[in-house]
Amino acid sequence: MSIKSQKDFVSGLMFTAVGAGFAWNSALSYDIGTASQMGPGYFPLVLGLVLVLLGGFIMFFSLVVETPDGGVIGDIAWRPLICILGANLLFGALLGGMPSIGLPSFGLVVAIFALTGVALMADATSFNLRRMLVLSSILAGGSYLVFISLLNLQLPVWPAFISGF
Amino acid sequence: MDLLANLATGFAVAGTPINLIYAFVGCLLGTLIGVLPGIGPVATIAMLLPATYALPPESALIMLAGIYYGAQYGGSTTAILVNLPGESSSVVTTLDGYQMARQGRAGPALAAAGFGSFFAGCVGTLLLAGFAGPLSEMAFAFGPAEYCALMVVGLIGAVVLASGSLLKAIAMIILGLLLGLVGTDVNSGMTRFNMDIPELTDGIGFVAVAMGLFGYAEIINNLAKNATDREVFTAKVQGLMPTPEDFRQMMPAVLRGTALGSVLGVLPGGGAVLASFAAYTLEKKIKLKAGEVPLGQGNIRGVAAPESANNAGAQTSFIPLLTLGIPPNAVMALMVGAMTIHNIQPGPQVMTVNPELFWGLIVSMWIGNLMLIILNLPLISLWIKLLTVPYHYMFPAIVLFCAIGVYTTNNATFDIGLVAAFGLAGYIFTKLGCEPAPLLLGFILGPMMEEYLKRALKLARGDWSVFVTRPLSAALLAIGVLLLVMVLLPAIKSKRKEAFVED
Repeated sequence: MSIKSQKDFVSGLMFTAVGAGFAWNSALSYDIGTASQMGPGYFPLVLGLVLVLLGGFIMFFSLVVETPDGGVIGDIAWRPLICILGANLLFGALLGGMPSIGLPSFGLVVAIFALTGVALMADATSFNLRRMLVLSSILAGGSYLVFISLLNLQLPVWPAFISGF
Repeated sequence: MDLLANLATGFAVAGTPINLIYAFVGCLLGTLIGVLPGIGPVATIAMLLPATYALPPESALIMLAGIYYGAQYGGSTTAILVNLPGESSSVVTTLDGYQMARQGRAGPALAAAGFGSFFAGCVGTLLLAGFAGPLSEMAFAFGPAEYCALMVVGLIGAVVLASGSLLKAIAMIILGLLLGLVGTDVNSGMTRFNMDIPELTDGIGFVAVAMGLFGYAEIINNLAKNATDREVFTAKVQGLMPTPEDFRQMMPAVLRGTALGSVLGVLPGGGAVLASFAAYTLEKKIKLKAGEVPLGQGNIRGVAAPESANNAGAQTSFIPLLTLGIPPNAVMALMVGAMTIHNIQPGPQVMTVNPELFWGLIVSMWIGNLMLIILNLPLISLWIKLLTVPYHYMFPAIVLFCAIGVYTTNNATFDIGLVAAFGLAGYIFTKLGCEPAPLLLGFILGPMMEEYLKRALKLARGDWSVFVTRPLSAALLAIGVLLLVMVLLPAIKSKRKEAFVED
């Protein structure tokens, strides 16, 4: 027996694992109760078990039913994946600061430059310094205008060690 | 219940200059972002939602409604101009719309989409205003069992319309329901599944879920695609207005589309997508007049009918949301989120507790439609220019808007980590061919469903048969079963495949 659809097999596995996790957790940590007096564990336990069942079915069919293209998952786009999510995480860390690792808040402007730079690297042909600086400046200016001046959002704009808070 | 008096209340709210400006800005932003290839109303609303936090609730919802219509129209614009549907409900618009654009008739196609949408929007608004009252009165007759059954129907509807595997869509819903349960359980006060992370005590923020699954995952997918897939159609658009002949052809199509859309939009889970597919299928069945181009080769009816239908459906899909508090689709799920952020619990009480908000929103929908046509007809040439902005300028900006949006929800860095996690999950889902929209719907409905299920079974002393012995609940569940059977029937299954082939 061979896997006829990679996508389905892996997603079935994923659903089963997540469902089992939820069911396991609800059965162990929370009161289940009865149908007339449901405890906090009842609904998640039922859903978790259903999810395990569904995942099982999906895996079963992925072994049995022929799919035209073999349901190949294909290459993972590591570069955009890491750059986009990384740009986002870096932005968060720089904007708000990370007291746990002693990183001060750098404010919106620095964070925007960092985000734009890392995000541009997501596309092999996109990054060059001039483009990054131009785009960052436009975005920083535009964001200041829209989010700070117009919408009055409470965001640190400049690094904490310059603005003093 | 005086319809006119109510509408007058609405006009008093929505017609104030400041709210008119918000409606206009919403439409403008919505169109602006919706016109970006690959970004549909869900992503647009998720992205722009934080921009409305600072506003009073009425203005915020009015602006969001504007964003919704704008995004939807923007999606149709890209469908016609570059063969890229911004969302699933404009998939069928690509069939004839893009053909018209290739023949240099993009102007009439865009205008037909605009006029059709406006007409359908007017009818939809009137229906909404007329039926919302009686329906919300009926809502008071709904017990917990009925609410539960209705949610099940809604979720089944979402499954029916998801492209790809039925089982996977159901699994995604359950996953969404489970994720919705993370956080404090309102009944026991217990914190569930928070993995000892204090930030998760209030549950997972839905903005982070929506932006991660839709915004980030879409960007990553777009970048992963070959650059040629994003190529833009730059041929000249000649002649903006449809000829009188075009009008003669499209008017009946607009009427048919509107009628079909209004009916199908009310169904939970159905809404705009089903409406546009059904309308196109209907147009295909209608006999061609002499000298008319067949559908699929640039017939104006093939643009006008589905566009009217999806707008009418979009309008009437507010009915279950505003009267029962149940979001029929992912966009409406976002609207629920927006309402809760402003401390409004959607449901039948909105109409009595906040009549200004309720009628203001309804009237602003009509105003939104009007704005759209005012805004878009003269600006069509500008939208085409926007499409020529290279993607490498566009995507960092989109990432930035998402990040700022998520951060400002709670002013917490933690949320940015959360959105990254959901971005990763979203990418994995697309890789595995699992659609995220049912998950989002389940996520919103999770806690609601648990609550009503609990109450229903408590009242019935743990007897599950209550769902089939109460007539209203039984009828609703029967509709759900019928929907499922319809999808499983081979004839419809192949149609559904065919219809989603463009995705």
